Amino acid sequence: MARPRIAVHKFSSCDGCQLAFLNLGEALLELSEQVEILHFLEAGMNDPATPVDIAFVEGSLSTPDELERIQQVRANSRYLVTLGACATSGGLQALRNLEGRHDEWRDAIYAQPEYIQTLKEVRPIASAVKVDLELWGCPVNSDQVLAAVRALLFGVSPVDDRDRVCLECKRQQAVCVMVTQGRPCMGPVTRTGCGALCPRFGRDCYGCFGPSETAQTDTLAQRFAGLGLVPDAIARRFLMINSQAPAFLQTGRVFFHTPAGDQDD
Amino acid sequence: MTSRRIRIDVPALTRVEGEGSLRLEVRDGQLIDLGLSIFEPPRYFEKFLEGRDASEVVDIVARICGICPVAYQISALNALESLAGEPLTDWARSMRRVFYCGEWLQSHALHIHLLALPDFLGFDDAVSMAARHPDAVKRGLRLQGLGNALIKLFGGRSVHPVGARLGGFHHAPSPDDVTAIVEKLKAAQPEARDLTHFCAGLSLPDDPQSFICVALHHPDGYAMESGDIRTSEGLTLKAHQFEQHFHEHHKPDSTALWSDLDGQPYLTGPLARLNLNHAQLPAFLQQRLNEIGLSLPSHNMFHSLLARAIEIEWVLHEAIERLSKYLLPPSAHTPLTLTEGVGYGMSEAPRGLLWHRYALGQDGLIKAARIVPPTSQNQARIEADLHRSLTAFGLDQDAEALRLRAEQVIRNYDPCISCATHFLTLEKHER
Repeated sequence: MARPRIAVHKFSSCDGCQLAFLNLGEALLELSEQVEILHFLEAGMNDPATPVDIAFVEGSLSTPDELERIQQVRANSRYLVTLGACATSGGLQALRNLEGRHDEWRDAIYAQPEYIQTLKEVRPIASAVKVDLELWGCPVNSDQVLAAVRALLFGVSPVDDRDRVCLECKRQQAVCVMVTQGRPCMGPVTRTGCGALCPRFGRDCYGCFGPSETAQTDTLAQRFAGLGLVPDAIARRFLMINSQAPAFLQTGRVFFHTPAGDQDD
Repeated sequence: MTSRRIRIDVPALTRVEGEGSLRLEVRDGQLIDLGLSIFEPPRYFEKFLEGRDASEVVDIVARICGICPVAYQISALNALESLAGEPLTDWARSMRRVFYCGEWLQSHALHIHLLALPDFLGFDDAVSMAARHPDAVKRGLRLQGLGNALIKLFGGRSVHPVGARLGGFHHAPSPDDVTAIVEKLKAAQPEARDLTHFCAGLSLPDDPQSFICVALHHPDGYAMESGDIRTSEGLTLKAHQFEQHFHEHHKPDSTALWSDLDGQPYLTGPLARLNLNHAQLPAFLQQRLNEIGLSLPSHNMFHSLLARAIEIEWVLHEAIERLSKYLLPPSAHTPLTLTEGVGYGMSEAPRGLLWHRYALGQDGLIKAARIVPPTSQNQARIEADLHRSLTAFGLDQDAEALRLRAEQVIRNYDPCISCATHFLTLEKHER
């Protein structure tokens, strides 16, 4: 039987999610015996147009060129898997969508803005093509990636763990930072996958794995207000790594750019 | 009269997406035009940092680069902490340095083994190289893994670690975890020594050229997470003086801004650091430099590979020294009160100087941000190097040979674009 064919594509991103492969250590060499890696620029494989069984896509869509390129990736792939927050929800750089001042920002940074080709808004991959599996996280970790490869290759549905970080804290016996320290923790509405890293370090979760199932974001926002956060600070909790994920965007928008005591504007 | 016009296009790159290209124009055997253009989709970090709380900056700027998030975190913390009245504890300052050692270790090991060695050993990529040189590749992956483990000790994870904060860290590692990693670091020292000898045994092109070196310098030791700027021309600058001498400009064919030092291209990164600060290396590394016959300062850019290997040995030594004396602190951070104003900060990212400036308002929110990464600083130098190196290599060489040499030259700088092994495709026009 031929080895399954894999590609890793990069769009607008920091390259950090691809490291889920490159940080595998010797397991990377084992993986490359089990599957055939045909396109993965950071690892040195360059064949972007070849047909593959699984295409992993890192990064969001932020240029006209990327909108065209993702169509080609989709056409050449049996399964398309988004790798991390940028590909899945637009990622941190989608914060620029909130302000809607793309042209002004571009002109402020670049002396010759006429050479800068960017879309007005940063978009997740699923806004342009069908996505078969979304891997959340900023960054994703190696276990998520390997589990996805195995599940897809064995033809079973990958487990979509949408539990809240709170449940992981309980499993890890981590002390709740909201209850004991009054910290504005995003754990109650954030999907697990990180191993509850932040609470275990005594700090509040900042939502880098995106919304969990049945995320009660409005209730949590009220709780944050009770902890003394001003409206704009509440907005910033939801509008961070995954600002375009609908559950976070909807609640964040309510409080965005509203200073304390002035909620009309 | 023959006129050969060669165009080298970069079709798809990591970190330099889409349309990076190298344009060469050769006429009558003379290189009359050379342009390295880079198109990386702008992500507008400096703009969306505006309005964020000072405490959020460390988690935001990490996302600029997945390969060197610690560098972005430390430069940002240096800038913002300069606005605080309270000093950091000795523990926090020392452990920041160890945290940073982890990043140099993983980044240098990744660069040498996955990106650079296939060039010198004649392979397309590290995976195919592993079939012939399994021990060398596995050694590299182990060193990279150890760097990641050191970042995780303080940050929870190696990519976008969550441990660093204003005033220190969120969490102090347990003495047991520290003892365990010290054993691993010690066990890696002979491997790192072998790596240096292995790199020194490679046949590297010998093509010296003159260039200005820029690196941080600190009187107490080999500069990494703090220090003043020092140049090979004798200039010494504090972080707030950076903009008086370093200027960025926007070339029409690029989305990266280009820097110069008083109008001149300059080098930042491992070879610049080693050239300026080698006297501060410990005795065993002075001896190593003698063993491998590397006399400093070196003006052969291919010695950047050796500089990375030497720095891998140095970070192992430095981390062992500091962690061997580890004591659990009463608190991992000092509460800080930041005052309104402009804060400047810098540090030595694995690939060179990383400078940040933030204007902080009375409300504790960021009003303006400016970040100058190492790759944009090296760009003018890369172009000058290509101009010289390709001419010396022979412009009459065939297009494929020119492309390969151009890639090797660019990779010496470990720019984010070097992540792609075969990133240049050559289009040749003759007319």
